[in-house]
Amino acid sequence: MRSFTYERAKSPREAAAAVAADPTARFIAGGTNLLDLMKLEIETPARLVDVNGLKLDEIAPTKDGGLRIGALVRNTDMAADKRVRKDYGVLSRALLAGASGQLRNKATTAGNLLQRTRCPYFYDTNMPCNKRTPGAGCSAIGGFTRTLAVLGASEACIATHPSDMAVALRLLDATVQTVTPDGTERSIPIADFHRLPGDTPQVETALARGELITSVTLPKPIGGRHTYRKVRDRASYAFALVSVASVIQKDGSGRIALGGVAHKPWRVEAAEAALPRGAKAISEGLLAGARTTAQNGFKLTLAERAIGAALAEARA
Amino acid sequence: MAILDDLQLSRREVMATGAAVGVAAAPGVAGAAPAEAAPSIMKVSFTVNGKRQTLELDTRTTLLDALREHLKLTGSKKGCDHGQCGACTVIVDGRRINSCLSLAVMHEGDEVTTIEGLGTPEKLHPLQAAFVRHDGYQCGYCTPGQICSAKAVLDEIKAGVPSHVTADLTAKIQFSEDELRERMSGNICRCGAYSNIVAAVVEVAGGPLLGKGA
Amino acid sequence: MKFDTPATTNPIDQLKVVGKPVDRIDGPMKTTGRAPYAYERHDAIPDIAYGYVVGASIAKGRIASMDLARAKAAPGVLAIVTAAEAGKLTKGDFNTAMLLGGPEIEHYHQAVAVVVAETFEQARAAANLVKVEYVRAKGTFDLASAKDGATKPKDGGPDSGVGDFEAAFAAAPVKLDETYTTPDHGHAMMEPHASIAAWKGDKLSLWTSNQMIAWGAGDVAKTLGVPRENVRLMSPFIGGGFGGKLFVRADAILAALGAKAAGRPVKVALTRPLMFNNTTHRPATIQRIRIGTDRDGRITAIGHESWSGDLPGGGPETAVQQTRLLYAGANRMTRTRLAVLDLPEGNAMRAPGEAPGLMALEVAVDEMAEKLGMDPVDFRILNDTQVDPEKPSRPFSQRRLNECLRTGADKFGWSRRSRTPGQTRDGRWLVGMGVAAAFRNNLVMKSAARVRLETSGVVTVETDMTDIGTGSYTIIAQTAAEMMGVPLTSVNVRLGDSSFPVSAGSGGQWGANSSTAGVYAACVKLREAVATKLGLDPAAAEFADGRVKVGNQSLPLAQAAAAGPVTAEDFMEYGDLTKTHQQSTFGGHFVEVGVDAWTAEIRIRRMLAVCAAGRILNPKSARSQVIGAMVMGAGAALMEELVVDKRIGFFVNHDLAGYEVPVHADIPHQEVIFLDETDPMSSPMKAKGVGELGICGVGAAVANAIYNATGVRVREYPVTLDKLLEGMPVLA
Repeated sequence: MRSFTYERAKSPREAAAAVAADPTARFIAGGTNLLDLMKLEIETPARLVDVNGLKLDEIAPTKDGGLRIGALVRNTDMAADKRVRKDYGVLSRALLAGASGQLRNKATTAGNLLQRTRCPYFYDTNMPCNKRTPGAGCSAIGGFTRTLAVLGASEACIATHPSDMAVALRLLDATVQTVTPDGTERSIPIADFHRLPGDTPQVETALARGELITSVTLPKPIGGRHTYRKVRDRASYAFALVSVASVIQKDGSGRIALGGVAHKPWRVEAAEAALPRGAKAISEGLLAGARTTAQNGFKLTLAERAIGAALAEARA
Repeated sequence: MAILDDLQLSRREVMATGAAVGVAAAPGVAGAAPAEAAPSIMKVSFTVNGKRQTLELDTRTTLLDALREHLKLTGSKKGCDHGQCGACTVIVDGRRINSCLSLAVMHEGDEVTTIEGLGTPEKLHPLQAAFVRHDGYQCGYCTPGQICSAKAVLDEIKAGVPSHVTADLTAKIQFSEDELRERMSGNICRCGAYSNIVAAVVEVAGGPLLGKGA
Repeated sequence: MKFDTPATTNPIDQLKVVGKPVDRIDGPMKTTGRAPYAYERHDAIPDIAYGYVVGASIAKGRIASMDLARAKAAPGVLAIVTAAEAGKLTKGDFNTAMLLGGPEIEHYHQAVAVVVAETFEQARAAANLVKVEYVRAKGTFDLASAKDGATKPKDGGPDSGVGDFEAAFAAAPVKLDETYTTPDHGHAMMEPHASIAAWKGDKLSLWTSNQMIAWGAGDVAKTLGVPRENVRLMSPFIGGGFGGKLFVRADAILAALGAKAAGRPVKVALTRPLMFNNTTHRPATIQRIRIGTDRDGRITAIGHESWSGDLPGGGPETAVQQTRLLYAGANRMTRTRLAVLDLPEGNAMRAPGEAPGLMALEVAVDEMAEKLGMDPVDFRILNDTQVDPEKPSRPFSQRRLNECLRTGADKFGWSRRSRTPGQTRDGRWLVGMGVAAAFRNNLVMKSAARVRLETSGVVTVETDMTDIGTGSYTIIAQTAAEMMGVPLTSVNVRLGDSSFPVSAGSGGQWGANSSTAGVYAACVKLREAVATKLGLDPAAAEFADGRVKVGNQSLPLAQAAAAGPVTAEDFMEYGDLTKTHQQSTFGGHFVEVGVDAWTAEIRIRRMLAVCAAGRILNPKSARSQVIGAMVMGAGAALMEELVVDKRIGFFVNHDLAGYEVPVHADIPHQEVIFLDETDPMSSPMKAKGVGELGICGVGAAVANAIYNATGVRVREYPVTLDKLLEGMPVLA
């Protein structure tokens, strides 16, 4: 870990401006991913701007019947919030399927969205990685790929996004609110927030330098049966091989999003019309264009079967 | 479907199998400060096990290393230093966290409870006594983290925080062995004392803490 | 004392303290965080600097150049030691690769430097400034492709044969010929390898985390080229070892070199991401098993071949060992072959040989039973042997495998198992049961101890024996309490110090029986000394309730030490009983699993082990050893695999997020039953090892249960859901 100065931000705008003005600066909130990466010198900030004091830790109803979740709400608190549990069960379930109790107590809404891939080659600084050093090459391709992406990957990167929460947010059509360094606020649809790797896998989100997430907004509840099915080898405290977030309505219509398969939460709205016809039907559209390896091809079968399980659970 | 394994990436020097020269150096990040920068030292005050502590620390110091190396409270363990094992679990302002993934300077004014604050060999906390009675440990290295975690878990259940295995998110949380196993899963025990740890915590939970039949 | 005739009645048989499920005496220290582990000895030595290890970034080759300038100039740096500066280092007797590499690099993450600084943060940052240029060499990393070039190891009896295996197998009316693979496994003990080194002149004190103190002291001395008597190792608390701390590792050597260079005490812990490639691991195996039977299920031919790899000069994984002894059969063959691989050093991990060997053999036996249409419990019982099948004149000292299996089947409800796989459903779960035999040899090792009756009447035991979570402190205290007739609270046990008499150490499940036998020997001597001091006949003296009694005469034990402590030291060594009799431990593992019908996720629902392992010195801590080993075996069955990147030559998933070991949610309540037995051939304790028995066979029991649940037979461990999916039922 490189040496860094540490300061506590006074306001979101000031924090954004400070980080925007200093290319060596980073925000820190829960720190559960950033410090992990700093210890390995995958992240090397020289200045940390602590945003924990910014009072962005409220969950409040919105005018149009939704819920605004502060960027600094701890994952535990979001999952335990009575309104989230009642109206956005898939989100509560997704959060609780992730990490451990200790980590959820620290990890924040914004930090969870911004966590970086768990690709083992990204984590080993001896291995070339286009995320760490653009242009260096990808060591994962041709290597150990069992846990890596089958959808939306590129020749530069086959990493997956590790978040469970983000999959549920994608399903719920959440929006991400930010404040930019010049003080303007903007709202980014979750679908546009995370990027596919393409030729620039180091650019992972739509955020500009210094742009600070202030909240995530959930539209008004959509009802239906909420499930989050996370499939992994270990029963807990493990990243997903495949996860399925679903909201299924009484008439069989609904939404499906996948985790563990791509560089971002994976949802294909156009495919959802096929949902009433079952797992196989929706999987055709949802998994179209998949590119697999001998090691991770099972994710397609698994995704379809996990969707089947979610549909069965919703029917039960 | 294309097989990505077959793709050729000419830039991947590392794949060369013959003799080649590779350079391993600290990964460069554009704009990063010179690595030799002098440590940034800051003062921080927090309470540990009821005692006010003020430390002057390198900002890089984790809460775990502040406890272990500076305050010589070595009960909190460093098993992985990356939030992957739970041996460093301490309770901060009533909540359990991985102290290895938290900077000490971010704990200004906080109240920290470590294993040393729960009981002493002469006067064990009920959980500590139950761990001894049920042999809920072997090598002992994960044990302080397990006990701190267990204490917080019982409080979390009481406070109605749901878990991955909670069947009904809208109902009152019921204590069960499955709830315990899921909630304790962030504390790895390689000696494999899990079955005994669960027995120990159940015994304590079945006592005054949660009432019988909980 | 020499143990060369079967034990008769002795004071241990009183079982006033021994054999009781007493709480561990180190429990209050461990549960309150007061037990000091190696890296934590601020109490022992002040002013400790921090060392941080730099690992090689290539698997094989040599260092072309190192640039230390930036690192040396970094704030707080006190010293940097590389092979170039370290002077002559000699490889330890127990190491396969050098602990400080350079210029030759033998494996990925082999240590190439230690950076010593005032603080941990400074050392870590400076270590990242060490710049190394390497010249890569071609390496061999894939066992499957190196298999055909594997050779017969020189030592250890790699081949065995009885009768004519090939002919008998060819002629057998029912036969099985299958190949199984087990991957590389990491010990992943919770406490990383860690040491504090301090020099006083040319004498070195090393607080370290090591299972075998005498081996360790010897190898530290040899590696550094200092006289053995100048090295003192202290290892009173060890945060798990499982074989990974049998030998001196880089932390100890680099702490010593760093301390010398810095002129200060230095502490070094290996970081978790470094551990998996820097230290040892259980090597992967490829195992071919052939079994032939007659139509009634009697084995007529049994053959087991195993291939594993290691660095040049290393050894094989002896996965065929149990097959030489476990089942009857007139025609037998085993072969062990070793390939040269340039992966990190392979070495012992909990139950080396049997753990992976039984993962294969006990699945093969399950498959064979199915071919025969027999219950797998019955098939095993039918093929029991009471003698060494390679040498029928040599009986087992005790062998109650059949009773373990029968008792287990009864207690587990085995009769409810469907013989046809894939038939039992519980909601979304396909449910199955599996069984496997557990088998592990009982090794006996010379072990010494010193016991002292203090003036207070307290008995102090000193031995370099270690407690790696096994319960050594407690069973040694129980042994001394029984022998000297004092309560457990009057025994003080001091372990893990190379200034104490040399013990068996902790390995190969020999520690409990051997180390307590050594304490027994020392106590016999102390009893004689005490009785003599008290003017009583040593031969007739009885020690009980803190008193020594002969006839009507009864004197307080402490009176013997009125004029000063009375000390005795002795060792136990062993004669030919292990040659005339085969000493082994036995068990039956029963496992029930659920496999999700949709996703093929596997979850263990119930586990039972029935063990026959001689006298159980402390049923509480022994049970913990067994359940813990069952957890590790469950991990091996379901998730553990150090993934080899065969292009680059390293274990890719080298942290605890990537290398998954079981967590709480993976493990249900576990049951253990110990058969009531004593084995007078093992030692005066009549005990045998149990710490490794629990892992032996359990992985196969899990795999067999998965087969019973799903009808999908997986022969490549770990059995993960991706290997089951294609065979899972079609669901709407």
